[in-house]
Amino acid sequence: MSRTVAALLRKELLVELRTLESVPAMSLFAVTTFVVFHFALNRSVVDGDLAAGILWVTLLFAAILGVNRLFVADADQGGFDAFLLAPVDRTAMLVAKVITLLAYLVVLELVAVPAFGLLLLGPSIGDALPDLIGVLALGDLGVAVIGTLVAALAVRTRARDLLGPLLGLPLLVPIVIGGARATSPLLASVHPTAPAARWLLTLGLYDLVFGLIAYALFDFLLED
Amino acid sequence: MYGKGLRALSIATVAAMALALSLVFFYAPLDAEQGFLQKIFYLHVPLAIVALCGFVLGALLAIAHLRTRDPRWDMRSYVAIHMSLIFGVGALITGSIWAKGSWGHWWVWSEPTLVSFLIVFLLYATYQPLRFAIEDPERQARYASVFAITAGAFVPLNFMAVRLASAYVHPRVLGSTSNLPGPMALTFLVSLAAMALLYATLCKFELTAKHTRAQLRALRRRLLGEIPDAQARRTRSAAPTLQPGATVGTQAASRTAL
Repeated sequence: MSRTVAALLRKELLVELRTLESVPAMSLFAVTTFVVFHFALNRSVVDGDLAAGILWVTLLFAAILGVNRLFVADADQGGFDAFLLAPVDRTAMLVAKVITLLAYLVVLELVAVPAFGLLLLGPSIGDALPDLIGVLALGDLGVAVIGTLVAALAVRTRARDLLGPLLGLPLLVPIVIGGARATSPLLASVHPTAPAARWLLTLGLYDLVFGLIAYALFDFLLED
Repeated sequence: MYGKGLRALSIATVAAMALALSLVFFYAPLDAEQGFLQKIFYLHVPLAIVALCGFVLGALLAIAHLRTRDPRWDMRSYVAIHMSLIFGVGALITGSIWAKGSWGHWWVWSEPTLVSFLIVFLLYATYQPLRFAIEDPERQARYASVFAITAGAFVPLNFMAVRLASAYVHPRVLGSTSNLPGPMALTFLVSLAAMALLYATLCKFELTAKHTRAQLRALRRRLLGEIPDAQARRTRSAAPTLQPGATVGTQAASRTAL
């Protein structure tokens, strides 16, 4: 299982490195969205709730771009068929894709979070960073799991670019709730505080439950 | 047969509805704060509860479909979710009217139950587009079941998350029946039972109609001497269709199974 996952992961990352299809687009999209928010809100600096909301909405929509592309090559160029011919556990593909999407999101955040600190955020991002990384990691895991499940569900339908976001966004609402509520005290301009434990718990629990659901159901999406 | 018991069920539903409505209007006391407006509670809350239970029921039927691969379970799961969507529209509209009447706004974000209901409704609104976008009937059924199970698990999770997110809980009449005075609680429970009966009757109606249509199509084709070719004549649809050829062949089997 771990060797299969490693092989699949190597293939995914190699394809992404050679084509540069998803990650640059996601990062560029995030930075552009910050500019759009600046003009749409007519604000030069943001903090607290507003900052947390902008950060999470931007990351979410940038993630949707990656989710939409996640299985396209496999569906169009026979990757699914090749994988199904191999005598390996099908869960390996779920794990490999979740890790791939997680890697995309980490790279996205390496660009987007500093850009956000530079362009829009009022208080310095340095103080919030250690806690913020923890919150983002929990949120990313959930986005990666749900994104992979939704992408697999939508990729072999006729309107896949439409269905992916439509299916994914309602499922991701609890992640936005937990993520934004946990982030907003970190980005407050006066007396920033650590996030309340219940939001981290919400995120962790949601990740766990959807991890189990994806593990149970992913095989059924790979049968033909 | 699908149609068996439909008449008895319909009569029971009409009787229960009549009883529930007469209790609502002639027996339940007026609410001290909200007056007559509060009566919509006996319609709105049962609608919402039945819709949510229907969504979860759809998930359980979808599990049965994935375990047995019998298309009839997929049909039942589809009907349960389809009917819940219709009940959901009713719950959202009555909830809006109630919110306008008691709080002065058509939509209130501080009411966690209403907000989570909207999120669940938006998720399930993609169920039919998802089905419609997949042509192969077997794969359509399988993917729809995966969606139904995921969404069914999402229903309670989402309610927990949204309830956590609302800073305070609005003063409200609903909640558990334990804080309702006796006559109100009785009226509410009768309304809930009547609504559940209505849901069951409508589901059975839809199943019967779909089954009858499939049988009729098969019979007509046999009369005309055509070769049963379900795939060729299948029109694109979000709703699952029972394979007509198979239906006639396994009629006895399905009669005992149902």
